Amino acid sequence: MKTLSKLALTAAAAGLFASTGASAATLDDVKSKGFVQCGISTGVPGFAFTDDSGKWQGFDPAVCKAVAAAIFGDTDKVKYTTTTGKTRFTALASGEVDLLARNTTWTFSRDTDLKLDFVGVNYYDGQGFMIPAELGVSSAKDLDGASVCIQTGTTTELNLADFFRTNNISYEAVPIETNDEARTNYVAGRCDVYTTDASGLAATRSSLEDPSAHVLMPEIISKEPLGPLVRHGDSEWGDIVRWTLNAMITAEELGVNSENVDKMATGTDNPEINRLLGSEGDLGSMIGLDKAWAWRAIKMVGNYGEVFEKYIGKDTPIGLDRGINNLWTNGGILYSPPFR
Amino acid sequence: MSQSIDYQAPPRQSFTIGKLWTDKRTRGLVIQLLATIAICAIILYLAGNVVENFQKLGKPFGFGFLQQESNYDINQTLIEYSSRSTHLRAAVVGILNTLLVAVCGIILASILGFILGVLRLSPNWIVNKLAYCYIEFVRNVPVLVHILLVHGILVHSLPKPKQAIDVADSFFLTNRGFFVPKPVVEPLFWLVVAAFVIGVVYAFWYRRMARIKQAETGQQSPVNWVMLGAIVGAPILVFLLTGMPLGWDVPELKGFNFKGGMALKPEFLSLWLALSLYTAAFIAEIVRAGIEAVNKGQTEAALALGLPRKRTLNLVVIPQALRVIIPPLNSQYLNITKNSSLAIAIGYMDIVATIGGITLNQTGREMECMLIVLGLYLTFSLIISTIMNWYNKRLALVER
Repeated sequence: MKTLSKLALTAAAAGLFASTGASAATLDDVKSKGFVQCGISTGVPGFAFTDDSGKWQGFDPAVCKAVAAAIFGDTDKVKYTTTTGKTRFTALASGEVDLLARNTTWTFSRDTDLKLDFVGVNYYDGQGFMIPAELGVSSAKDLDGASVCIQTGTTTELNLADFFRTNNISYEAVPIETNDEARTNYVAGRCDVYTTDASGLAATRSSLEDPSAHVLMPEIISKEPLGPLVRHGDSEWGDIVRWTLNAMITAEELGVNSENVDKMATGTDNPEINRLLGSEGDLGSMIGLDKAWAWRAIKMVGNYGEVFEKYIGKDTPIGLDRGINNLWTNGGILYSPPFR
Repeated sequence: MSQSIDYQAPPRQSFTIGKLWTDKRTRGLVIQLLATIAICAIILYLAGNVVENFQKLGKPFGFGFLQQESNYDINQTLIEYSSRSTHLRAAVVGILNTLLVAVCGIILASILGFILGVLRLSPNWIVNKLAYCYIEFVRNVPVLVHILLVHGILVHSLPKPKQAIDVADSFFLTNRGFFVPKPVVEPLFWLVVAAFVIGVVYAFWYRRMARIKQAETGQQSPVNWVMLGAIVGAPILVFLLTGMPLGWDVPELKGFNFKGGMALKPEFLSLWLALSLYTAAFIAEIVRAGIEAVNKGQTEAALALGLPRKRTLNLVVIPQALRVIIPPLNSQYLNITKNSSLAIAIGYMDIVATIGGITLNQTGREMECMLIVLGLYLTFSLIISTIMNWYNKRLALVER
């Protein structure tokens, strides 16, 4: 009897944790609890990091802040949950977080089979390799026999297996959980190579003692469109996140930034700016918010270009080039649907 | 002063509802029945809740994904495996890795534990206190910390492959692992294996015969020497006679890493050592308790009967101590097996890392994968328990 009741208790605990249901009206939940619960990574320089006062900053938390600004008009109304590559989808699917903004690759099976919804792309990335310069390797195809540090539960793990297999070379996978762990193992020499998204590599390299002693291989072996995602089945909530991101991109395209947004919000000659900032029409009410939602997001967080330059752009230690993450009008592939 | 008593069956009282509670016998049954119903109801409710939530999410429940290609690589595989293999095979690789570290851990922890336990009883003050310090230090730090510490030491303090610590050009110690030559079996080597098998069978047959002989005639035979000769001597003799039919595949530094030979990876080494060192501290205390539990009078009586010290230990003290040692030892073995799931912290690819980690994450089947992992650990634990209980029963006092 005693064992039986113990078993039942264990089962109960397991069942309770596994069965927190997803709620349909996320916006109502968010409004009633007064903050957005946002899933982010455990830390990637530039993309997600804690500042001196212990607050989360970075390219990914900026999405969470923009959403909070659009809903509440306060970028502090976000609570962050750090997730690893492995725990992130469970955290989102179980309702632990409302939104995941964490260098996550948009793939077919994640979008469909995992019952998640990617709402857009905030960084077009690809998988690369970083290796100490002293090893004198110039191509990823020369990595035969190397030990490779790889974050488990990521698409890069699968790409890696495919890349080495198709090129008929061998490697030793050293699975690790977080970017910091990878860095430690890489520095200690447990692995020769660290592979992840090229942006993550640039970020990690910038945090090494002597960044110039490490080189990135020229090969980019995959497409990694990274973007925020929400649970499947609540399109209204998905729309809010999607259009907040689009508003930031569109703002850059239209020349609206956090400094001139107040002036522009009083009305301009461009009807699209007026619709975006709410001085004309009422787009906000169509997604369950007020007229000034996009104005707040841009005012408090900035447009896409501002966020990019602030956290990961040329003038930061990360030093990423806009590259294909530039607006379509500037030779990139960022292209937001019109605000109409 | 006897008085005749009229024995009468107590009058059969008619049944009333209240008696279900007031009668001692039925009350027990009723409580058990109610508890069972309550537990079943809770389980049903939770299962229903899970099913409902799965439906809400639109996720089907099933194990079909196990047949799909896994698409990921595993660095330590005891069986053939590639990224083209199925998730099921990845799970098997994980199971074998778990079993490997559990079995190795149980063996090393037992050896260390017994040694430490005996040292703890040493009359030598320094030896005694050293063992005491070790035990108190090790068992009061969480095992996860031990694992991370050992892994950190191995990875950070050992040299990279190019500066490997080289022993006789065939053993190499690096932070990528401990590389040793791998035996390459030539056909004639099977004769050596055959000699070993025959030796083992003969040795045990001889021991049996010697016991029967001793029981009948009281004469003792040189059992230990014969067993040693049959099990160790005979295979060595055959090995030398057939011209040492065993080649060695010596590891060699090629490109980034050593190739050839066998490798003990730092992940395996650190998990194995940490689990063993940690559990050995507990086993040491169990062993000490077991030996101290044997009444001193037993030893004195045996010595008084003229048994030599060694025989006193072997025939009187240890058999009685084992009765006290085995049951708690069982739970330490279970602990090693279950604690091996901490492998995930350092990237050792056990079941939690394969089926409960990467497979779960890449396919999104949390419930199914966790059920599989749960079932597997339960199976391992029950098997170990069964073996230990069987052994315990064998040792138990036979009451006549």
